Amino acid sequence: MLEIKALKSAYGRIEVLHGIDLSVSSGEIVTVVGANGAGKTTLLKCLSGVQPVIGGSISFRGETMTHVPGHKRLKRGLAQSPEGRQIFTNLSVEENLRLGAFLFTDARVDQDMAEAFQMFPVLKEKRNLNAGGLSGGQQQMLAIARALMGRPACLLLDEPSMGLAPILVAQIFDVVKGLKALDVTVLLVEQNAFGALSIADRGYVMETGRVTISGSAKELIADPRIREAYLGH
Amino acid sequence: MKLGSKHTTLLVLAVIIIVAPFFFPSSYYFRVGSLIFINGLAVTGIVILTGYAGQVSLGHAGFAGIGAYACALAPVYLGVHPGLALIIGALLSGAIAFLVGRPILRLKGYYLGVASLGFGILVAMLLTNEAQITGGPDGIRVADLGIRGLLREMGFRVKGSELWYVLTGICLLIGAWLALNLHDSPTGRALRALHGSEVAARTVGVDVARLKLQAFVISAVFASVSGSLLALQNRFITPEVAGFLHSVEMVTMAVLGGVGSVLGAIFGAAILTTLPQVLTVFAEYEYAVLGLVMMLVMIFLRDGLLPSLAKLIKGREQ
Repeated sequence: MLEIKALKSAYGRIEVLHGIDLSVSSGEIVTVVGANGAGKTTLLKCLSGVQPVIGGSISFRGETMTHVPGHKRLKRGLAQSPEGRQIFTNLSVEENLRLGAFLFTDARVDQDMAEAFQMFPVLKEKRNLNAGGLSGGQQQMLAIARALMGRPACLLLDEPSMGLAPILVAQIFDVVKGLKALDVTVLLVEQNAFGALSIADRGYVMETGRVTISGSAKELIADPRIREAYLGH
Repeated sequence: MKLGSKHTTLLVLAVIIIVAPFFFPSSYYFRVGSLIFINGLAVTGIVILTGYAGQVSLGHAGFAGIGAYACALAPVYLGVHPGLALIIGALLSGAIAFLVGRPILRLKGYYLGVASLGFGILVAMLLTNEAQITGGPDGIRVADLGIRGLLREMGFRVKGSELWYVLTGICLLIGAWLALNLHDSPTGRALRALHGSEVAARTVGVDVARLKLQAFVISAVFASVSGSLLALQNRFITPEVAGFLHSVEMVTMAVLGGVGSVLGAIFGAAILTTLPQVLTVFAEYEYAVLGLVMMLVMIFLRDGLLPSLAKLIKGREQ
């Protein structure tokens, strides 16, 4: 579904991604793990069109989208929940969800919203409140629910567990795992390698702008190098 | 009372516009009233640009200048009716906003403020220096809109000040109605979204650049119509209408009253239009007191006068 080939990107003249190869097949949950500064977020920024690509290509559902402007990517089925949640704090929960469906004006929007509320009952309770008043975990749920309102085929998630209490982290990973049942393919970027690998099908490990190890999530969890570097064993 | 709700806002506005004249001791007050409505219209445009979309413009008086001088010049040079000149001015302002907005809306925060400031100054300079056409710094006469004459022929005798009170009041109501409709439309939601986070707005498929431009053009048209009305009411206009002070005044009115709400911003326009008249008791210290009032409001009531007061009252009730 998503094919990234020899992707390079730079901030100014400093190259930070040195040729990334990565693929996600339909229905998979694929995770990219790595330490701070490994280039995970830059990779996602390239995918969402915020960060310019200077080499290589991105293709999605068979079409090249390397240079498609960011706001047109959702229309093609690629949704994103950006780092730091980035919900609209000055708008109500319901307005946030409606914005997620900005591209659609049909009756399915209300139906999608009802489903989002079913998935996250706490959002229904607070639908008329300012999203800024939600707790961190609730904001993350809202960010995911909002991305789903765009009816994506593939969802990019950037550090959904960041800054959350351990019990909420588990909850969020459960939610991500549940996306499989909705036929949403997921590319999950995480620092929490253990949590991410335990719900993913496959994983990539990034270090300083390169993919150093890749394989099935089971293999990676068992790999001594990864246990050493990221899992704290 | 919920400040944001559309019908309450329109109702409150309409009631105030209708009831206020019963307390007016002289026709002078009708003039002040229409001045408030004219300023209120421009400020409603600022609410769309700044309150909804979060973009700052310090040059919107430039568009008011275009609207005002369209009404002064188009009847002379093109031979059109002054009413049509208002529409020509609005279209011209919209077109210029479209062209100017494209490059400058890429800027953010105070960079955008300074760039828009440059635009306003440019218009003011042009109006001042092209004296052969515009009359220069001394100003220029504006043709009569002709409604009063029309009414007289039909047998109605109305005072000019009262007529303009009604006309500008209706314009303000229409402007407020448009702005409030926009607030809850998908476009308005997207504007408020990009105010919060442009990155996130982009991820939900909002074309941020286009939407900002839309808001800029709409608010320019509001400013232009406000300038036109001012010119038509006064029957005379000077380049000051496009000046820097007028731009700052617009933003100040909006922020003082509460830039996030239409009613609040109009309230701000009312305060800043009437306060100088009231403060004349302070004679030469008038503007010092005005400045002090503005500083105090911003320090203690950051959301603006009306939203802060509403919050206060709500807090008491609970």
